[in-house]
Amino acid sequence: MTSSRTAFAAILAKDLRSELRTLQSLPAMALFSVTTFVIFRFGLDRTSLSGSLAAGVLWATLLFAAVLGINRLFVAEREEGGFDAIRLAPIDRSVLFGAKVAALVVYLAALELVAVPIFAIFFLDDAAGLGPLVAVLLLADLGLAATGTLISSMAVNSRARDLLVPLVLLPLVVPLMIAATGATEPLLALGGPSYHRFGTWLMVLGLYDLIFGLVGYAVFDFLLED
Amino acid sequence: MAPAQKAESAIAVTGLRRDYGDRPALDGVGFELAAGESLVVLGPNGAGKTTLLRVLATLLRPSSGEVRVLGCSLPSEAWKLRGRIGYLGHEPLLYRDLSGRENLRFGARLHGVDRAAAEARIEELLRTVGMERRADERVAELSAGMRQRLSICRCVLHKPELLLLDEPDSNLDVEGRELARELIGPDAGTRVVVTHDPERHLPEADQVLRLGINEGAVVS
Repeated sequence: MTSSRTAFAAILAKDLRSELRTLQSLPAMALFSVTTFVIFRFGLDRTSLSGSLAAGVLWATLLFAAVLGINRLFVAEREEGGFDAIRLAPIDRSVLFGAKVAALVVYLAALELVAVPIFAIFFLDDAAGLGPLVAVLLLADLGLAATGTLISSMAVNSRARDLLVPLVLLPLVVPLMIAATGATEPLLALGGPSYHRFGTWLMVLGLYDLIFGLVGYAVFDFLLED
Repeated sequence: MAPAQKAESAIAVTGLRRDYGDRPALDGVGFELAAGESLVVLGPNGAGKTTLLRVLATLLRPSSGEVRVLGCSLPSEAWKLRGRIGYLGHEPLLYRDLSGRENLRFGARLHGVDRAAAEARIEELLRTVGMERRADERVAELSAGMRQRLSICRCVLHKPELLLLDEPDSNLDVEGRELARELIGPDAGTRVVVTHDPERHLPEADQVLRLGINEGAVVS
């Protein structure tokens, strides 16, 4: 049996190398988020946002941009036989779940490196809340990646993949989005960040990550079966 | 009647059935193959040849019947078989955006081949199939025949005990077939070969399994 660490590193490195070479997901995700911010800016006719509205605009944009990457997460495995290659190898199949979650977290972090500064330039008067926002982004990314990987692996065999992922994923991430916007709202409050219930929302995010991480780990082997 | 299972059998199949929905793709298939022997599987399109190979490779679960491969009962002990089989299917199982060499390194890591040993093995295989000069090109840029050569390298990279080969000559030119023969030919060990080219493969066969549509299977 190949060690899980070796297999994890091999699959993650393969995914990141393929993405760097083809740029199939990240540019689309980044461009989508920038375009959406422009639409919000003119649609709301506001040059400054704060509190719940700022948090809502940020997380709605990041979520829909993430869906683009989630849709494509298993396409190479499906179309180029990667599922069979992994099923034939002496590895714990849950490693594939872990590696895909890690790859998606990297994609989301890269997206946020572009999107959050642009969001701040477009809408924020005070960038002091962006420091602690990193913790919210990290925890929300983990939950979104775990749920997204699970749904993407289920939808990839369907011809309606592009439709199925948002239809199934979005209801499942409602608790995650409530917690993420709840944690983000006080950070982007008018007059500077506050930390009212910040810790509570971070714990909710952590709990969501744990639950969906464990669910994914438990059922992924079954999902890869014929 | 199904053949009795011998202790040294590499594969023993009895009454194998595999359904896709309501339609049986395989029904009542039985054969036994000793270690080191070659089985050639013949039959028209739709007879279930690829399905049989995928069941033996643990990629499909049998609907009913008994299947033992390398001493492991399928599907319950499928996990024990992984890494011991070399499977060459219709799809090359190669990532199009990686080079041939990167694909083989990826396969070697999944199979737990030590890095140094993997590099030596990959170079040896690439030389054998005449791909050493094109191995750094993206698979998407290679011809179908070159992909098949790489796929053969991937199939035998981890030195499997059993080769399951589905149309191994497809897309290969005469030179490619001869080069590949060293890796997956009759001297390569226990093999199951699905083919539409009996003239080439029958002389190498220890047994022949003829699958028919709605006619069951005949072993000779």
